Amino acid sequence: MSRTVNRKGRRHPLSSLVLILVGLFVSGGAYAAVTGTASAADAPVSASQIEDGKKLFASNCASCHGLSAQGSAAGPSLIGAGALSVEFQVGSGRMPMSGSGPQAEKKPVQFTQPEIDAMAAWVASLAPGPAVPEASSLAGGDPSNGAELFRVNCAMCHNVAGAGGALTEGKWAPSLRNIDPVHVYAAMVTGPQNMPVFSDMNITPAEKNDIIAYLKFLDENPSVGGMDLGALGPVSEGLFVWIFALGGLVAITIWLSAKSN
Amino acid sequence: MADKKSDVVTSAGSAVSRPDRLQNPGFEPEHKRVHDESPERARGAERGISLLFALSGILSAAAFTLNFIFPIVPGDLLSTRYNNMFVGLAIAAGLLCLGVGAVHWAKALMHGHELVEERHTTRGDDATRARAVEIFQEANKESGWTRRRLLRNSLIGALVAMPIPAIALLRDLAPAGTLEEKLVHTMWEKGVRLTRDPNGVPIKASDVTIGSAFHVIPENIIGLEEGFLNEKAKSAVLLMRLPLDALNEAEDRKGWSYDGIVAYSKICTHVGCPVALYEQQTHHLLCPCHQSQFDVANHCAVIFGPAARPLPQLPIAVDAEGYLVAQSDFLEPVGPSYWERIR
Repeated sequence: MSRTVNRKGRRHPLSSLVLILVGLFVSGGAYAAVTGTASAADAPVSASQIEDGKKLFASNCASCHGLSAQGSAAGPSLIGAGALSVEFQVGSGRMPMSGSGPQAEKKPVQFTQPEIDAMAAWVASLAPGPAVPEASSLAGGDPSNGAELFRVNCAMCHNVAGAGGALTEGKWAPSLRNIDPVHVYAAMVTGPQNMPVFSDMNITPAEKNDIIAYLKFLDENPSVGGMDLGALGPVSEGLFVWIFALGGLVAITIWLSAKSN
Repeated sequence: MADKKSDVVTSAGSAVSRPDRLQNPGFEPEHKRVHDESPERARGAERGISLLFALSGILSAAAFTLNFIFPIVPGDLLSTRYNNMFVGLAIAAGLLCLGVGAVHWAKALMHGHELVEERHTTRGDDATRARAVEIFQEANKESGWTRRRLLRNSLIGALVAMPIPAIALLRDLAPAGTLEEKLVHTMWEKGVRLTRDPNGVPIKASDVTIGSAFHVIPENIIGLEEGFLNEKAKSAVLLMRLPLDALNEAEDRKGWSYDGIVAYSKICTHVGCPVALYEQQTHHLLCPCHQSQFDVANHCAVIFGPAARPLPQLPIAVDAEGYLVAQSDFLEPVGPSYWERIR
């Protein structure tokens, strides 16, 4: 009985709630500070990071890719896939897949950046593969040269305005609007899913920067022709004209031929 | 039956007409509009219409002014967008006000009674017809068209001969050269290096990693002054490297690839769109125009869609410096079918 008296006498009824909030802020802030420094640092791969990555891989990826990433009937081998593939597939939310289908869909990212880095470090430790470039090295390209390269190499699938497009049997080339430059770079280097590989001998690193600059230009600059209706070409534009322009003409015709009251 | 026969009236011409059994009901009683009956409503409509006309004038003046408020700045594409949008919207709205006002005026305020304009017969009267025949006969007599037959026939002969030069002239509008040169041959020949589109950098076999797709033009097309686009349209090639175990090669074409690297014409055999949507896992090529699909692993056989023939394969090899070169031109014409095609 004395305990209840004590609590009522000395503590405000909301004090426990305040305490919980303070505790959450402190632990969350500390976590953010730790993770912030972890991703900002040049991240020399430590043995513990690789070990963490191995554990994360075993619990999240191994059912399809195999415990030592050797691959299975359900998923390809990741030996030699490199850190860049992991960054692209997991960092864009495509992996882990939510179900089998024609193509891995983009979803909200399932892991934190340190977890992705750990898995990437473990996959990279299996065999040499493409590494994740510094984000700062992917800046300063020439968008006009990038546009020409994009038209030759990318536009047939991804649409000249980067709006994406359909492929065969339910597969598709995704939209390239507002994509992290590292992921654009990773897609060219690793050739995820059905996308062909565009190695540095095909499109040089400087040319890749140009393409990234072109995509950035598209993101930052509105369509000069006005509303682009998704930049999907004749289908969306034709639909718009048929519905609104012809609809307007029909309405005017009805008004013209109706008797005035 | 006898009754029916008596209905038929034979006119002076050959046409047979039946009298209409329905009586002309005449017009419906005139429908009075609110503006006919109430002078206030009519004045209201008048004010409304003149307001529309005034608005149209204001919008036209606004379009003129907006052209200076949103000028086209050279080099700034967005300024063109705003200029076109605002000036265009003002002009269009001004025209719309004018049109709506005019139609509303006609519908609401102009006289509303109905009337019929009878259609006139098209046949001229007998005197006019007789005069026309007379004119022709007179002309014939004066010119001697039927009498002087030599004159008439030589004139007809001369007129028939006149368009003959046009046949030769119009024929010469077609591109020069034989069909063989125009459609069967491309710029590929023995030893021509495969280079990257658009910069013309030659490609080494070791550059083409598994899963890669290179867009390729022939080395000798770089710097071509005349007919560059026509030649590029015929000689564009897609270069891909497949894992060796995925590639099924016919016995007679085993020497056409190099270590899993294959080169195929990019021009669809259906109607000539560039086929370049390559899926590196299924090894299928999709044509974006009509959804023809080609299986790169099986010599680009058509597996879906309207294309009739596989894409032509370019035989490739590697030269002494490791660069990819063509062994020869395509061994069949690239692109869509045409009548004179051998197969």
